[in-house]
Amino acid sequence: MTATTDKEVGSVVIRFAGDSGDGMQLTGTQFTNATALHGNDLATFPDFPAEIRAPLGTLAGVSGFQIHFGSTKINTPGDESDVLVAMNVAALKVNIKNLKKGGVIILNTDGFDAKNLRLANVPEAQNPLTDGSLADYDVKTIDVTKITRAALADSGLGTKEIDRCKNMFVLGLVYWMYHRPIENTLEFIKAKFKKNEAVMQANLKVLNAGWNYGETTEMFANRYTVAAAKMEPGIYRGIMGNQAAAFGLIAASVKSGLPVFYGTYPITPASDILHELSKYKNFGIKTFQAEDEIAGICAAIGAAFGGHLAITGSSGPGIALKGEAIGLATMLELPLVIVNVQRAGPSTGMPTKTEQADLMQAMFGRNGECPVVVLAAQSPSDCFTLAFEACKIALEHMIPVFFLSDGYIANGAEPWKYPSTADLADIKVSFAAAREAGDEPFMPYLRDEKLSRPWAVPGTKGLEHRIGGIEKQNITGNISYDAANHEIMTHLRQEKVDKVADFISDQTIDTGEESGDLLILGWGGTYGALKTATNILIEEGYKVSHTQVRYINPFPKNLGDLLKRFKKVVVPELNNGQLVKIIRDKYFVDAIPYNKIQGQPFMSNEVVARIKQILD
Amino acid sequence: MTATIEKLTPKDFASNQEVRWCPGCGDYSILKQVQTVLPDLGRPKEEFVFISGIGCSSRFPYYMDTFGMHSIHGRATAVATGLKATRPELSVWIISGDGDSMSIGGNHFIHLLRRNPDVNLLVFNNQIYGLTKGQYSPTSEQGKVTKSTPMGSIDYPFNPIALSLGADATFVARTMDRDPKHQQAMIRRAYDHKGTSLVEIYQNCNVFNDGAFEVFTEKSSKKEQTLMMEHGKPLVFGENADKGIKLDGFKPIIVDLNDSSVSDLWVHDETDLVKATILSRFYDDPSDENHFPRPFGVFYVNGKKATFDELFNAQIAYAKEKMGAGDLDKLIAGKETWIVN
Repeated sequence: MTATTDKEVGSVVIRFAGDSGDGMQLTGTQFTNATALHGNDLATFPDFPAEIRAPLGTLAGVSGFQIHFGSTKINTPGDESDVLVAMNVAALKVNIKNLKKGGVIILNTDGFDAKNLRLANVPEAQNPLTDGSLADYDVKTIDVTKITRAALADSGLGTKEIDRCKNMFVLGLVYWMYHRPIENTLEFIKAKFKKNEAVMQANLKVLNAGWNYGETTEMFANRYTVAAAKMEPGIYRGIMGNQAAAFGLIAASVKSGLPVFYGTYPITPASDILHELSKYKNFGIKTFQAEDEIAGICAAIGAAFGGHLAITGSSGPGIALKGEAIGLATMLELPLVIVNVQRAGPSTGMPTKTEQADLMQAMFGRNGECPVVVLAAQSPSDCFTLAFEACKIALEHMIPVFFLSDGYIANGAEPWKYPSTADLADIKVSFAAAREAGDEPFMPYLRDEKLSRPWAVPGTKGLEHRIGGIEKQNITGNISYDAANHEIMTHLRQEKVDKVADFISDQTIDTGEESGDLLILGWGGTYGALKTATNILIEEGYKVSHTQVRYINPFPKNLGDLLKRFKKVVVPELNNGQLVKIIRDKYFVDAIPYNKIQGQPFMSNEVVARIKQILD
Repeated sequence: MTATIEKLTPKDFASNQEVRWCPGCGDYSILKQVQTVLPDLGRPKEEFVFISGIGCSSRFPYYMDTFGMHSIHGRATAVATGLKATRPELSVWIISGDGDSMSIGGNHFIHLLRRNPDVNLLVFNNQIYGLTKGQYSPTSEQGKVTKSTPMGSIDYPFNPIALSLGADATFVARTMDRDPKHQQAMIRRAYDHKGTSLVEIYQNCNVFNDGAFEVFTEKSSKKEQTLMMEHGKPLVFGENADKGIKLDGFKPIIVDLNDSSVSDLWVHDETDLVKATILSRFYDDPSDENHFPRPFGVFYVNGKKATFDELFNAQIAYAKEKMGAGDLDKLIAGKETWIVN
C-alpha cells in the first residue's frame, strides 16, 4: 500500500450529483452532519428536480447536493466545487461547468454505458470517459455498481435493493478522503433500517467498503484535513431553514403559553415545516392538513378566534389562494402568522428552485388597503429567530404577520449556536376578562397604546360579540358603512403596522464601514453571498458595506438615514426588482437594482463583478 | 357549564342590531326558531359561536347575542373546523346558503362532512342568489330564468341531501321555514347529534324566487306533496293520509292505502344508510306525473362515528402521555451537538 499524504486545506466545496433516485440528498445530508460534528463551519445547497423520480439517466433527473465547509467562516455553499461526485453521465454533464479546473471528479463508470450516454444525449464518440474532455481534471473512475454488487453478493437482497446502497459506498469513500467521523452515519443507518436487518447490514457493509476502498487502493494520493473552524464559543448543532422555522414557531408557543394551530396544505418547498411540526404533538402543537390552501388559512383564523397561536404556511401559489382570508384576518384584527417559503414563479413556476419574487405579493397582494407586517429570514438559522419574532409581533399587536423564507435557505443547512429557552424574549398575551351583568358593555374594537384591540375568546362570559369582514365601526365593532369611519379604520390598520417599528431593533451594517462609496442592501436568503462578496470587495480596497433587511414592513426607523451615508445603494435581489421599488418610493434614494431570475442563488463572484462594474 | 345557570329566554339571544333582511324573508323564521331552541339547551350564552360565510343568510350571526364571525364566501365551514378543533367545548354553528355552501364553498362543504367535527350546519336553501340580486344558484332547477340566465339556466341542480350522504355525513335532515315546530325539532336534533349535523332548510326568497317551495309549504298542497319522516313510523302521506311508500326490493313504489295495508309500508329507519340514500333521491319535479313526495325530517343519523375534534385532540393527549410534555431546550438542541471553545 502506498502511503497517502495528508494535506491541510482551509475550505472545500463538494458536489454530490446523481439520478434523483440515487440518494444524493441523503448522502449530502449525512456528510453535512458529520462535517458539523467535526467542527467545521459550513453551508449547503440541495438542488433537485421537482419530480420525485424524474426519468432515469436524463439531464432533467439530476439531483445535486453541494456543501461548502471549512476552518474559517463559511457564508455560502460556494460558487465552484473542488470535488464532483457524478453517479452518471447526466450528472457530470449538468455539473462540470461549476467544477474548478483541476478539481477532482469521482465517476461511477457504470453510469457511463451506452444507455446512460443515450439518455443524457451524449453521442457514443463523445463519452467523457474516453474522449479526453476531462484532461484538465483529476478523474477517479470507480465502478461503484460493480463493487457494491460484489460486496453484497451474499446479502440475499435483490439487485434493485443492492443498487440502492451505491450512495453509501461513495459516502464512505468521501468520509475517508476528508477524515470525517463515520459513527454518526452508522447510527443513522441502524435507526433508519431497524425493521429490516438485511438492508441495514447491507448499507453498513457498503459504507465501510467505501471507506476501505480509499484506504486500500492506490487511487488517492492525498487525503485532506480541514481543521475545525474558529467560531464563537458555544454549543452548536446543524440546522436547516424549514426545521429552524418549525422550532421558532414551537418556541413562540412555549414562550406565549398558547398552543400552535398550523393550518396548511402540502406544497413544495414549505411542506417540511408541516412534517416537522406534526412530530411535536406532545408540545400541544396542532397541525391540520386541510383540503386546500384556503381551508388551511381559514381554519387557522378559526383557531385564532379561539385563542390559539394560529399559523398558516405555504409557498407563492398557495399564498395567492389565501389572499382573501389574509384580508379577513386584517379586518378581524386577530393574530395570524403567514409563512411563505418562496419558490420560482409565477403560477407553478419552478417549485424546487429558489426566488424572492413574492415580496410585492406579501406587501400588497390583496384587495383593498390591506397592510400586514412582513419579515424575511436571511439564513437557515435565522428562520428560527424570525419565525419566533413573527409570532411575537402577531400576538402582541393583534395583527397578521408574513414570515418570508425561500427554497434556498429552507433546504440549506448551517451550524447554529442555538439559544436556550431562557435567552428567548417573553411573549405577552392577555385575553380580555369576563364581565358581569352590571359591567359596561364590551367594546371589541377599543384600542390600546399599540392600537391593538382586545382578544376576546369565545367561552368568556359577557364578551359575546360579532366580528367579520365587513367594515367595522371603530371601538364598537358594529357594521359600519359610514364614510369617515372607513377612512379612520383604513388609517388605523396602517398605523398599527407602522407602530411595530417602535418595537424592533435598528438596522445595522453587517460588513464594512458605517459610510462609504456603496451600500449593498439585500434581504432574505441572499445574505451569505452578499456578505462574502462584500468581504472580497473590501479586501480589494473598495469602500463597500453590506446590510440585510429582515424587517421589511415596517422598516427599522433608521434605515433611511443609513442609506444616505453611502454614495450609491445597490439592491441585489433574486427577482425582477421588488425591494428596490419600495426603497426608492419610501426614501427617494436612487437605488440601483441588480437582479438574477434563474431559480438559482447569487454566486459571490458574480456579485463582486457587478459591484465593480457599478463602481469602476 | 354550571348547574346553577339561570334560564335564558329567546330575547337573551337577540343582539341589539337591527335585522335587515327583506320584509317577508324566510330567514326571519329561522332566526326565531334558533333563538327559541337555544335557551332549552341549558348552556350559558358565551359557549355558543355562530360562524357564517357570505350571502343573505350569512348576516345571521350579527343578530345573535352570542360569539360570532361573519367570514368570507364559502369558508365558514373551514373557519368552524379550526375553531372546533381547538375549542371542542364550544357549541359551534355554521350558517350558510345554497350558493355559499354548494357553489363557492362546495369543497369545504364535503370535507367538513367527511371529517365530522361536532358542529351544526344550517343551510338556508332558497335556490337563488339573493344578495347579488337574483342569479341562479347551484340548487336552482334547470331552465331557471334569472338575470344571468335570460334563456334559462342549463346547469343541473345539486341535490343537497344526496350530496351530503355521498360525503358520508353523519346527520342529514331537511326542514322548511314555514313549519316552525318541525324546524325547532330539527334544530334540536342537530344540536343533540354528536358529529356534523347538516340541516337543509327550504327558505323562501320572496323577492327573487318567491314561491319556490310553495307546493311543500302551502296548506292546500303540503300533505299531498311532502313526506314527513319519523323514525319507526311507516312512510305515509297524502291529503287524507291515504298514500304510502312501499319497497319492492330496492325500488320504492307509491301505494294507495285504500287498496293495501299500512303494515306493508316501508317503516322509516333513520339509521339505515341505504334506505336514506333511496329517500334522498325523492327529488322529482312536483309537476311530473308519478313523482314522489318530497321527504322532510331526519334522513340519516349515525352517532357512533368518532368526531374530528375528538380524534384531533386525542392524538395530542396521547402524544403528551407517551412522550411527556415537550422540553423546548431538548428539542432545539437535537441529538447531535458540538462545543466550540
